[in-house]
Amino acid sequence: MSREPWWEWDAPRERWLLTEQDCNGWPRSLLLEVCARIVFPTVLVLSVYLLFAGHDNSGGGFTGGLVAGLAFVLRYLAGGKVELTAVVRVRPPVVIGAGLSIAVITALVPTLFGLPVLTTDVWQFGPVKLATSLFLDVGVYLLIVGVVVDLLGTLGVSLEEDR
Amino acid sequence: MTINITMAVLLAGLYSVGFYLLMQRSLVRVILGIVILGHGANLFLQGAGGPPGVPPFAGLAAPEVMVDPLPQAMALTAIVITFALTTFLLALAFRSFVLLGHDEVQDDVEDRRVGTTAERNDLVQEAAP
Amino acid sequence: MSILVALPVLLPLLAAALSLVFNTFPRVQRVLGVLVLSAIVVDAAVLLAHVDRAGPVVLRMGGYGPPIGITLVADRLSALLLLVSAIVTLAVLVFSIGQRITDYGRDTASNTFHPMYLVLCAGVALCYVTGDLFTLFVGFEIMLSASYVLITRRTTAQRVRAGMTYVIVSLTSSLLFITMIALVYAATGTVNLADLADKVAALPPGIRTSLGLFTVVVFGIKAALVPLHFWLPDSYPTAPAPVTAVFAGLLTKVGVYALIRTQTLIFTSEAIWTLLLVTALLTMLVGALGALAQNDINRMMSFLLVSHIGYMLFGLALYTEIGLTGVILYVVHHITVQASLFLVGGLITRHTGTVSLRAMSGVATAYPLVAVLFAISALSLAGVPPFSGFVAKIALLRAGAESATFTAYLVTGGAVLTSLLSLYAVTKIWVGAFWGEARPPYEDPDPTDEVTVGTGNTSRGMVTATGALVAAGVAIAVFAGPLAGVSGRAANDLIDGKSYREAVLGAAR
Repeated sequence: MSREPWWEWDAPRERWLLTEQDCNGWPRSLLLEVCARIVFPTVLVLSVYLLFAGHDNSGGGFTGGLVAGLAFVLRYLAGGKVELTAVVRVRPPVVIGAGLSIAVITALVPTLFGLPVLTTDVWQFGPVKLATSLFLDVGVYLLIVGVVVDLLGTLGVSLEEDR
Repeated sequence: MTINITMAVLLAGLYSVGFYLLMQRSLVRVILGIVILGHGANLFLQGAGGPPGVPPFAGLAAPEVMVDPLPQAMALTAIVITFALTTFLLALAFRSFVLLGHDEVQDDVEDRRVGTTAERNDLVQEAAP
Repeated sequence: MSILVALPVLLPLLAAALSLVFNTFPRVQRVLGVLVLSAIVVDAAVLLAHVDRAGPVVLRMGGYGPPIGITLVADRLSALLLLVSAIVTLAVLVFSIGQRITDYGRDTASNTFHPMYLVLCAGVALCYVTGDLFTLFVGFEIMLSASYVLITRRTTAQRVRAGMTYVIVSLTSSLLFITMIALVYAATGTVNLADLADKVAALPPGIRTSLGLFTVVVFGIKAALVPLHFWLPDSYPTAPAPVTAVFAGLLTKVGVYALIRTQTLIFTSEAIWTLLLVTALLTMLVGALGALAQNDINRMMSFLLVSHIGYMLFGLALYTEIGLTGVILYVVHHITVQASLFLVGGLITRHTGTVSLRAMSGVATAYPLVAVLFAISALSLAGVPPFSGFVAKIALLRAGAESATFTAYLVTGGAVLTSLLSLYAVTKIWVGAFWGEARPPYEDPDPTDEVTVGTGNTSRGMVTATGALVAAGVAIAVFAGPLAGVSGRAANDLIDGKSYREAVLGAAR
């Protein structure tokens, strides 16, 4: 793990403005790549908003996860596998597994208090309302992001390599 | 319960197109058939909830004028499942295309066996006289 | 107590998730799988004991009551099947761990096998314990999606076609399932099984019968009833032995379970039973005759599987208490025996290097242990007296004789005939594979394929797992008395239907 400051996490590692062809020999679209990089954090923030809005507004873990997944799809479409590997540092199966574990554990926790599986409680912290189903949503969010990135890796990158 | 006539006609169309495509020999058409059939089934589930009404959010309106949320939840789940399986099917079809080099659905194994036995018998009979 | 109902679903899911997280630690994956499935065997045994003593256990998910909330219910039938399935999945997991170690060594982790196998177990368990039609659909989909991955892993050209047939047929039946749910919901406004029992009874008989027929078609595809069985002998034999074993043992039986549950609880209309009887006869005969025409050992056993689904349908179609007792006994026996037969078949093909019965010979002299294991499971499948198949079959035949209608007599005769034909089919395997000169194994025709044959090496784990499963089959015969007692009480519950409905809806009224 490199120790760069957080504002450089997303900085391109390859000389992307200097070459006009990517590793597959396809012409690169500068406009699309730059826009995708600019939009990327915004889309992720939107996805987190949707995740938190979930309990009594439209949104939720599934929707949020899909939107976050779309952010990665955008990067992949713009820059191919180089872009994707630059963004994704963990192996997607681990993300899927972690998400599913969180969701299942959340489902099981209420039984420790003698309540049925999947019971939701709402905690009130002053003006902030927190439903325990949020943890389930976080699990689902991770699961969906993992699945989308995994799909990009297997259906996108490996098919590119098959060719 | 009554069903909207447009909806009924649409459903009938989707189901017949879906089943028609499912009977084809080309794998891509079979998959399209599954996709269309899936849309039909999910729309049907949605339609089973009754006539349209106010969105079922608490406090938006009186419960009597709201639509039934249960079929919507079920349809949403079913849509996600059919979507995921369609993706899987497409990947499998691509794999099959890479491995076999064509996208034709082959005959059933038993059919082929019966076919070859029949052909062999014909040849024997022709050779006999 | 109610948590016991949810654990068989949630624990495998959690284990699947963790084995994805630890996808570079093969030992963790193995230990996790075996531990969790053993835990479920214990869980199911405790659940069965409790349910048999104190009546159905109901879990209202999230505290929402029926008919709106999702309920999980375990009555005697569900708990019994849960226990048997847990034992079989555990044995098959041990077998496939043994096989993977033999083939790939100790240090090969899998991204797909362990997680997907555990997800499959979760799906099967959800199907058994669910209390509503839509969750049944979800359970089916969880189970089937995992099975799609398991059957198409590392496909070769030959296997991708078979996998495609399987996936498309199953998907079509799932779409019909959605359609059925939509129709049922449109007619009654509920999907809760217990609630449906009352609401469907109030429908006009025409609608009731057509909904009932629709469910027979939907679950008939999954259970491989005869006109709808064509996909099974094509797809199952192509997968690796442990995968085929668990598919053959469990997947079709889940279809049968769904048929039993819906037909006894909801659609108890006279008109369907005669049709089911005729279908049962056809299934038995077509399956048995199809098996005799085969040369491939795995295809032959797949046709036998189809044929024996007919027995379960036969008992269900009689719709008497003793008939249903027979069905439950038969399902329990068949899950164990069919899975162990496919595992033994896997051992045979590894030793001989071929699946063709004409090409193989002399396994009995070279590997006597495999021969003993096969003989016990085969005789048990055919229903020869001291073994487990006999107990189940005699109950079914008695039920057929007691119901005293012409069709019942006809089908009973067909069942006896099928029994003899099955015996003939397994004798064919015995003569082809076990007798004769021992010969060196054939070369693996396709080394790139995941199905390894002809290496002749089987690890101790594989043989032990098969032996344990065969022993479980023998145990069914030894404990036939208590088992028949539980089955009889379960059948009584099914016919009566009151205890199930009261357990689910009790609080709501």
